[in-house]
Amino acid sequence: MPNLAFDIAHLLAGSLVLVSFMMLYQDRLYALLNVFALHAVVLACSVAWQAYIQNAPHLYVTAVIALVFKAVIIPVALHRIIKQLGIHRDIETAVGIGLTMLAGMGLVALSMVLMLRVTGTADPLAREDLAFALSVVLLGLLVMVTRRNAVSQVVGFMSLENGLVLAATGAKGMPLVVEISVAFSILIAFIVIGVFLFRIRERFDTVDVGALDEFRGERR
Amino acid sequence: MTSAVAQQLWCVATLLGTTVLAIATSRSRRSTAIVYGATLAISLIALSRCLPVLVAGGNATELVLPVGLPWLGAHFRLDALAAFFLAVVNLGGAAASLYGLGYGSHETAPHRVLPFFPAFLAGMNLVVLADDAFTFLLCWEFMSLASWALVMAHHREADNARAGYVYLVMASFGTLALLLAFGLLSGAGGGYGFATMRAAQHSPSEAGLVLALMLLGAGSKAGLAPLHVWLPLAHPAAPSHVSALMSGVMTKVAIYGFIRVVFDLLGPPNWSSAVVVLVLGSATAVLGILSALMEKDLKRLLAYSTIENIGVIFASLGLALAFQANGLGLAAALAFTAALFHILNHSFFKSLLFFGAGAVLSSTGQRNIETLGGLIHRMPLTSFAFLVGCVAISALPPFNGFASEWLVFQAILQSPDLPQWGLKVMVPAVGASLALAAALAAACFVKAFGITFLGRARSPVAEAAGEVDRCSLAAMFALAVLCFLAGILPGLVIDVLSPVAQALLGHRMPVQASDPWLSIVPIEESRSSYNGLLVFVFITATASLAVYFIHRFASHAIRRGPAWGCGFTDPTPAAQYSGVSFVQPIRRVFGTLVFQAREHVEMPPPGDLRPARLKVEMHDPVWEGLYAPVSGAVWFLADRLNQLQFLTIRRYLSLVFATLVTLLLVLAIWS
Repeated sequence: MPNLAFDIAHLLAGSLVLVSFMMLYQDRLYALLNVFALHAVVLACSVAWQAYIQNAPHLYVTAVIALVFKAVIIPVALHRIIKQLGIHRDIETAVGIGLTMLAGMGLVALSMVLMLRVTGTADPLAREDLAFALSVVLLGLLVMVTRRNAVSQVVGFMSLENGLVLAATGAKGMPLVVEISVAFSILIAFIVIGVFLFRIRERFDTVDVGALDEFRGERR
Repeated sequence: MTSAVAQQLWCVATLLGTTVLAIATSRSRRSTAIVYGATLAISLIALSRCLPVLVAGGNATELVLPVGLPWLGAHFRLDALAAFFLAVVNLGGAAASLYGLGYGSHETAPHRVLPFFPAFLAGMNLVVLADDAFTFLLCWEFMSLASWALVMAHHREADNARAGYVYLVMASFGTLALLLAFGLLSGAGGGYGFATMRAAQHSPSEAGLVLALMLLGAGSKAGLAPLHVWLPLAHPAAPSHVSALMSGVMTKVAIYGFIRVVFDLLGPPNWSSAVVVLVLGSATAVLGILSALMEKDLKRLLAYSTIENIGVIFASLGLALAFQANGLGLAAALAFTAALFHILNHSFFKSLLFFGAGAVLSSTGQRNIETLGGLIHRMPLTSFAFLVGCVAISALPPFNGFASEWLVFQAILQSPDLPQWGLKVMVPAVGASLALAAALAAACFVKAFGITFLGRARSPVAEAAGEVDRCSLAAMFALAVLCFLAGILPGLVIDVLSPVAQALLGHRMPVQASDPWLSIVPIEESRSSYNGLLVFVFITATASLAVYFIHRFASHAIRRGPAWGCGFTDPTPAAQYSGVSFVQPIRRVFGTLVFQAREHVEMPPPGDLRPARLKVEMHDPVWEGLYAPVSGAVWFLADRLNQLQFLTIRRYLSLVFATLVTLLLVLAIWS
């Protein structure tokens, strides 16, 4: 049974990394949002499994928060924003997909090498979890860096935060208060960013952040 | 009965209260009198409370206040060394306050000076009293900032803002060096109290590093070359009584820091460290006085002369280190006492000279000596006091400057006892450069006094000058009397300073009070002795006799000769000997090498009615050789980094991302 528990936790965390990779090559916004919702669902499953094997009921609350906020409310809201902004047909071509995937693989390899070596004495489950979590964080950052559209940068930021939650639940003994406050701060950040999206749109007629740079008189 | 250190802290608290009072009453017309009166009273009280500690010797008193770092508190301690420097600080503070009572009424913006003056005094007192690294650094910075505010009091005048900027940069640099030095001293255990540092063992390499850092930190504050560049800018920029405090007292507080760490906390010295101090001290002395000679601005000249005296003091301290490292306790005590004596003397005559410069400034509005002249007729009392200061700083008997420099040279004459050949050869060379500096100092002050006070007025303002008020004169004459007394009674001063040397070096100079006729005998009767009183009596007697004979016999005799123009062969005052022409020989001999001084004659073509002009071109070797490249490099880097301000959002994100990945990579490879 312990082996099975470990394997399933491993599988779920690994799928989170896999979904992060899927995010890297989505060049349409709706598709990206769908993948992000999937990301949140996998995260919720992983957290729920952790709650089960650690026998920590408060982690179920975290899982529910992840499911409700990140898998439902935020993607739906972003859908509406995209529709209102009328950018659902936009295609992004910031950095080539192949190159991005290669960079992503390098990052995952880096985080594996690093985490497995640094956390040599830790519990194997926590080790694997931390390594995957760092991969997810780095991939989220990569999404933010390679995208030009403000909405997809928001999605990258949210997926980065998912990585943090994964790391937090993998390590035993994280208080519920911290998780709830993190969840709410993410929500607030989402609201603020949403407002900003509309303001940017109002002023520049686009949410391509490149327009901001042009406005400042900079070359890209 | 509270302990001595508690009494001093109460004085400091009252000074800080005076600061608050000064802020509250800054718009009132009477606040100048109130503030300077209060600081005068407090300084005199503090002086009267610390002198018994110094004279009676006695045990150090300590006090811990529950402020500052929570696990450390603020430690204060009053021992013989601290008592001596407290005496210097409070004597200078009392004199400056007395002078300020009169000089302060000319102040155009008193609300920029009055609050910071007591704060500055309080800061200097606190540095001397501090007994742990944290308190020391905090008070040191407080002192620096208060003096910076005073430098910036007239911030709209040309160059003052630059002076303040350079001062701030150098003060921060110095404090950084001190921070590192104390970090090394406290070691891995983190014992920030001076008592734990004193008890700890320091390895030779660590001790060498601490000494170098102290030379940087305390040396930059004291004005040790090549870290002196801020001093001739900042000291003259402040109001004159503050300049006197900065030059006469604050540089001494910096030397206190050096002595406290190197002689007290660091343990037994190494002779090679003495070499560094000796070389830096003598180089500072020569460079300082040469720069002073080239100067036309009276206050800047005095500031450069401060650098020379700091050099003399550091050279003497270096001698003390060299003797102490070789176990020659008596010679070390002699050199150390000479340094302390010179510290005291310099605080007397440098304050006096700055007061005189301030009197000239308030009376004529001029600092440039080339526009002055003939002031001895309009300001006879000021010029007499200034003359006393000039004679004292030129190390002429019977004044105090001679007594202390004579002691320094007595210490140099002990150098054949040193076992190391390097020191045996070097110490006489240091002595030679100190002798050169002393001679140049005499020339410098002949110029300063002669061009300012003698001759005929070179400008209408100098013609219309008048004597200054009584408070200023009282301050100047009090210091002049102190210069005279310390000069004819050096034995008393040496006996008062002996407990300090005894506490730090374990040896002291022989008791001088028992010597007949107030003479001083540094080592033994057969080698050398000096009697200031006798020299004074001799000078007075021979001078009176000479005057009597000239007036009695020569003046009345009938002589025939060509009509004498009373020395005024040319009718315009501009044709008098000027400061620049006075120093031309010295500039040609030394300036060509040190300052790369070049003279160009601009001859107008035939038919042109313009006069021919002699132009002198000089370069500051320290500024151009050291500071200009450093500041150029900083500007270059800042220009390159400036582009980081204007990146796109994605570039910023990528930068963060790349930094993170790089750090992770480093971690992955390293661990």
